[in-house]
Amino acid sequence: MDAIIQQFFNLEVMGKALPLVIQGLLMTVLICSVVIPLGFLGGLLAALGSVSRRPALRWFCIVFVDLFRALPPLVLLIFIYAGLPFAGLRLSPFAAVVLGFFLNNSAYFAEILRAGLLSVPKGQSEAARSTGMTGLQTLVWVTLPQAVRNVLPDLLSNGVEIVKLTSIASVVSLGEMLHAAGLVRSLTYNASPLVLAAGIYLALLWPAIRLIARFERRIAS
Amino acid sequence: MDVFLDTFLNAEVLAQYAPSILQGALVTVLLSLLIVVFGVAFGAALACLRSYRLPGVGAVIVIFADVFRALPPLVLILLIFFGLPNIGVVLSAPVVLFLVLSLVLGAFAEEIVWAGITATPKGQWEAARSTGLSFTQALIWVVLPQAMRMVIPPLTNRAIAITKMTALGMVIGVPDILGQASTAQSFSANASPLTLAAIAYVVLFLPFVIASRWLEARFARPVR
Repeated sequence: MDAIIQQFFNLEVMGKALPLVIQGLLMTVLICSVVIPLGFLGGLLAALGSVSRRPALRWFCIVFVDLFRALPPLVLLIFIYAGLPFAGLRLSPFAAVVLGFFLNNSAYFAEILRAGLLSVPKGQSEAARSTGMTGLQTLVWVTLPQAVRNVLPDLLSNGVEIVKLTSIASVVSLGEMLHAAGLVRSLTYNASPLVLAAGIYLALLWPAIRLIARFERRIAS
Repeated sequence: MDVFLDTFLNAEVLAQYAPSILQGALVTVLLSLLIVVFGVAFGAALACLRSYRLPGVGAVIVIFADVFRALPPLVLILLIFFGLPNIGVVLSAPVVLFLVLSLVLGAFAEEIVWAGITATPKGQWEAARSTGLSFTQALIWVVLPQAMRMVIPPLTNRAIAITKMTALGMVIGVPDILGQASTAQSFSANASPLTLAAIAYVVLFLPFVIASRWLEARFARPVR
């Protein structure tokens, strides 16, 4: 029991790790604040494309979405970070993470938003167009708000998945929270920094998961 | 164009490293199958256990499911792989990967199957019990089959998402597709093994992604 406390819940080691882990947390927050909006936008474009009446555009978007849903994000990230330099394109870890996450997140957001767009009755956009709104106005003011509301739990849980996924940025040595915790672990040979990072992830994401469960219940009833 | 092919699809490099990546594919497939079978079975068992509404059991299951859904799998993998040896428990990298991903899939599967059980109409329980089935019999023979049918699309999506994470094994040295490819890439100083790995993952997972799309369309009929 003492060994477990010593190795996993060592407050002294956690204290030493804290400043670095907090710095990592800030990087995690920075990554999320860039990749979540970008992924949402990319996903929205792909979703609009995949419900388009033009077959070529529709199929292009569906293939894009399925391809990047089939490819593990870590494979994509390593391909971008370690593969592209051979072709002369050397990206910083941050740029590689943003590009990889953009492709991956867009595919997931697209699939969710497509379901949302299809859930809005056709009469809504027809009515909006008949009042003289343009196609873009109809999308922004009528269709999209209803689509987003209908798939809100899925959008939020995808957001949670993205926050969790930022931990793979540690593999390309971007100094986010897991990278910082792993670094201190390898210096101290003690797993407590990882427990600290896990605790912070829990503190951030547990409330989000509870909130999503509540939304889901409300939509189900 | 030649430079591009030479860098990303170099025939010589591909021929040399294709066997090891194929071996990696075998590891990925085996691990994925084990994770799906154990994860889904474990999650369904937890959801059934929860339906007995025994005092305290539900709370423990919910806490387990929440924690394993909130933590990034890579954090758990590193924690177990590097942490446990310090207290005398040494597990091999593939075992750690299997354990963590099965538990994570189990946590998600528990929530999904539980949603299916609670969404099964009350009349089904009542009808089953009135024919003389015990609670356990009603659960196993009447409610669970309907619940599982209802949750096939989200369960499939989640299972795909989790089995794709076997690629995380590379970080602790599991010789799966990505692990083999990144070793090959550093030996050959060429990106072709990574291209091959990406192709291998798409070939393995794309059929399931397409199948999940089909399942969603098929089961999307409104439930009454």
